[in-house]
Amino acid sequence: MSTPSLQAPRGAEHARILGVGGYRPERVVTNEEICQLIDSSDEWIRERSGIVTRRWAAKDESVTDMAEAASRDALASAGLTGGDIDAVIVATVTHPYQTPSAASLLTHRLGTPGAAGFDISAACAGFCHGVALANDMVRGGTARHVLVVGVEKLSDFTDPHDRSTAFIFGDGAGAVVVGPSDTPGIGPTVWGSDGEQWDVISQKHSWIDVRDHTTEWPALRMAGQQVFRWAVWQMAPVARKALDAAGVAAEDLGAFIPHQANMRIIDAMIKQLRLPERVPVARDIAETGNTSAASIPLAMERMLREGQAASGDLALLIGFGAGLAYAAQVVVLP
Amino acid sequence: MAQSEQEILEGIAELVNEETGLPKESVEMDKSFTDDLDIDSLSMTSIVVQAEEKFDVKIPDEDTKNLRTVRDVVNYIQQAQG
Repeated sequence: MSTPSLQAPRGAEHARILGVGGYRPERVVTNEEICQLIDSSDEWIRERSGIVTRRWAAKDESVTDMAEAASRDALASAGLTGGDIDAVIVATVTHPYQTPSAASLLTHRLGTPGAAGFDISAACAGFCHGVALANDMVRGGTARHVLVVGVEKLSDFTDPHDRSTAFIFGDGAGAVVVGPSDTPGIGPTVWGSDGEQWDVISQKHSWIDVRDHTTEWPALRMAGQQVFRWAVWQMAPVARKALDAAGVAAEDLGAFIPHQANMRIIDAMIKQLRLPERVPVARDIAETGNTSAASIPLAMERMLREGQAASGDLALLIGFGAGLAYAAQVVVLP
Repeated sequence: MAQSEQEILEGIAELVNEETGLPKESVEMDKSFTDDLDIDSLSMTSIVVQAEEKFDVKIPDEDTKNLRTVRDVVNYIQQAQG
């Protein structure tokens, strides 16, 4: 008897981002409010980070609530409904349930019956990891339309008394729909990790420590100078590799949308990249703070809405953060 | 190749000038980066990383913390080159 041949999956030749959406919580938190609990000042925070305000979610507003709002916006922007989505990927490190995933509840809320749903943990690089996966899923035939969400409620995992991190983090959600395309819309992803620097940005304690030793709440901690050094001098070459892999020159970019970690990192990165001055750069951090996985789609949505970049422009995305993990790719803006 | 104290000082002054806009003459041996030159930790990191390239030495983050004055950096680089 001959062995039956196996049917291989068939995907689209190309994929692109079809729509983008964002959700910013209502409450604006000023530097003055942050300084009520740390010994710092508005001027110090602006100089060190470029952050003027950030948004914090309401106490009863969950990661999934914010993800849902951004997803509905992204679906509308793509001209699709929940029923068109085959897979939902949520990049987050602040969904407060070990299991089940935020994505599985989100599939239910969005009316995407039977869609695959899972979360990924790559911190501030999570969104670009999600775009890489979605691109491969659409091209590999695993899904036709993939919803990729970056969402964080970092206010739940910030120590308001830690003067090195209290002012940095914010809450929010951004989402894109990735689907088939006649032309290439997502360039090759350059990604990787450096586990030797596992403890440079991390939750202070494991959940087991919290259970066994009744330790303090495991907020995030960060070695700022080490992160700065890595982010600027290691990540600028990664961004350049993503441009080279896509066959795109820096001059051809319509936007540079790096993870909104810190304005000083963004400025130093531009310098290292020798980015032409005419390329618009996302600076959403000033009013949004560092929203980890949500920062790139939020900044993308804003640049398009405010006319700093246009649909069809090429944008260089780079996410980098805890892990340490990173991912970069050039995309065509929706 | 090891460089003289004066050569290293001039190199550091150039880096400080590029990073902060401070005049090169203000970068003197006994000046403290934070107290006298008002250079914050992120600018200090930029200067250190660029000094590594310029002088072909390695200055890890844990050592950077102890580099308080211009002289500390010059001596560190001289020793690392030696």
